[in-house]
Amino acid sequence: MSLEQFKNRNVGVQHYRMLDLDPTPQTGWGRFKRVVRRSLSLELLVGLKVTMREMIKALFFGQMHTTKYPFEKLPIGPRYRAIHEMKRLLESGHYRCIGCGLCEKICPADAIRMDTGYGEDQRKEVQEYTINFGRCIFCGYCAEVCPELAIVHGGRYETASEQRASFSLFDDMLTPIDQLKQQREFPGYGAVSPNADANIKKTPLAY
Amino acid sequence: MEATYLGIIIKAVIILAIISAIAGFGTYIERKVLAFMQRRLGPMHVGPYGLLQLIADGIKLFTKEDFIPQDANRLIFMLAPVITAATAFIALSAVPVFPDFTLFGVYVPSVASDINIGILFILGMMAAGLYGPLLAGMSQRNKWGLLGAARTAAQFISYEVVTGLSLLAPIMVVGSLSLIDFNTYNESHPWMLFTQPLAFILFVIAGFAETNRTPFDLLEHEAEVVAGYATEYSGMRWGMFFIGEYANMITISVLASIIFLGGYTDWGFIPGWLAIILKITFMFFLMLWVRASWPHVRPDQLMWLSWKILMPLAVINVLITGIAIMV
Repeated sequence: MSLEQFKNRNVGVQHYRMLDLDPTPQTGWGRFKRVVRRSLSLELLVGLKVTMREMIKALFFGQMHTTKYPFEKLPIGPRYRAIHEMKRLLESGHYRCIGCGLCEKICPADAIRMDTGYGEDQRKEVQEYTINFGRCIFCGYCAEVCPELAIVHGGRYETASEQRASFSLFDDMLTPIDQLKQQREFPGYGAVSPNADANIKKTPLAY
Repeated sequence: MEATYLGIIIKAVIILAIISAIAGFGTYIERKVLAFMQRRLGPMHVGPYGLLQLIADGIKLFTKEDFIPQDANRLIFMLAPVITAATAFIALSAVPVFPDFTLFGVYVPSVASDINIGILFILGMMAAGLYGPLLAGMSQRNKWGLLGAARTAAQFISYEVVTGLSLLAPIMVVGSLSLIDFNTYNESHPWMLFTQPLAFILFVIAGFAETNRTPFDLLEHEAEVVAGYATEYSGMRWGMFFIGEYANMITISVLASIIFLGGYTDWGFIPGWLAIILKITFMFFLMLWVRASWPHVRPDQLMWLSWKILMPLAVINVLITGIAIMV
């Protein structure tokens, strides 16, 4: 594989049509003839025809472009990289985050901060987890590095808020426990493999 | 039948009220038509289909701060919008729109004042309307305003020549300057559009330039001179420029309808009053349609078009008409 095909930036289909333009007239008489030709060929009416056609299309054939944004929203891709979501385990409902700290480590904008410690049951638990969305550049490294699929990017792109804290707390990003059934996951890098159920083995407890 | 003074005053008030309302409504229509031609929805949220948008705009204009720049000539600055609006409405006083009718047993001629030099008066008033933008631009001590004023003077004076000369041929044919006579001429002759097609085209082009419409809206061309003569204006003073401009659009539409499109004579089975409303609406729509379709011209192209193309054509048209009348 040569380097040439990577250097070609003209992606897409090239269907260019060269316009059949006359050379610019140099003499006064030539310019006069051009004015007369252009005026009498009624090219201006073509412009009027185009706008009228678009208006008829929009009004009577349902080709209006407008999306009434706050009321209607365009669908976004399932792997859109907006405000983060913290996922829960589907079976137990416990949050998936194991407090490994990889996302905090990899974050290039230094936006993630977490504190872990022993919980009441002497297991490691996440005591504090915040993302500073003033710093976050939505690069997606945290979601990529997460070994447990605990932090992913969600589709909440309307990030105007009176306080940054409206988004950045762990509990705000966590899937609400009553909506656990609606928690969705998507295939791709870092996701659960399609045959994950078949790959489950019993934990070897007997030594 | 003599018109009574009371009738004239009533008609003046009605013209003022109705044309102001239509001018406001015209902004809504313009935004809607432009939006549809670009496959957008236009104003939608204030009232059903955005119909109350013009009320919202009116409230906004009335409650805005009335701002006068520090170095501006205050008197002229305050006077200029009034000139634009006033001349636009005064011009409308000599324009007949509907056939004469009888109301409560009183014979009502539809024109506010049937002066026998109607067209000359209207053209003169629209020419005097030049002083609005000109004084506005010169008084506000702003370079964009000054540039806009310079363009105003160049454009309006150039295209007045074309308007006058293009109307000269129909005036020669009819033999009168009164618009009433033009209408009665239409009752017995085919539309002037077919006997004077060149004059019609020239008049429409010059009308677009005189009302500052695309493709000739160089006076307040945002990309070049910010807002031209209206740069420093805000609130209701700016609104008066706007109303004047729309009133002028209506005047040009009515003039074209009466002189070239058969006026308010009955049109087949359509009664005269409805026919002229349809014609005026079409002319108004044509202005919006052209705005949605065509690009601006450059200022030098504007002058070139006026003096090298339109004016000679108008003179030739007058000449040919004269020869045809003599023969």
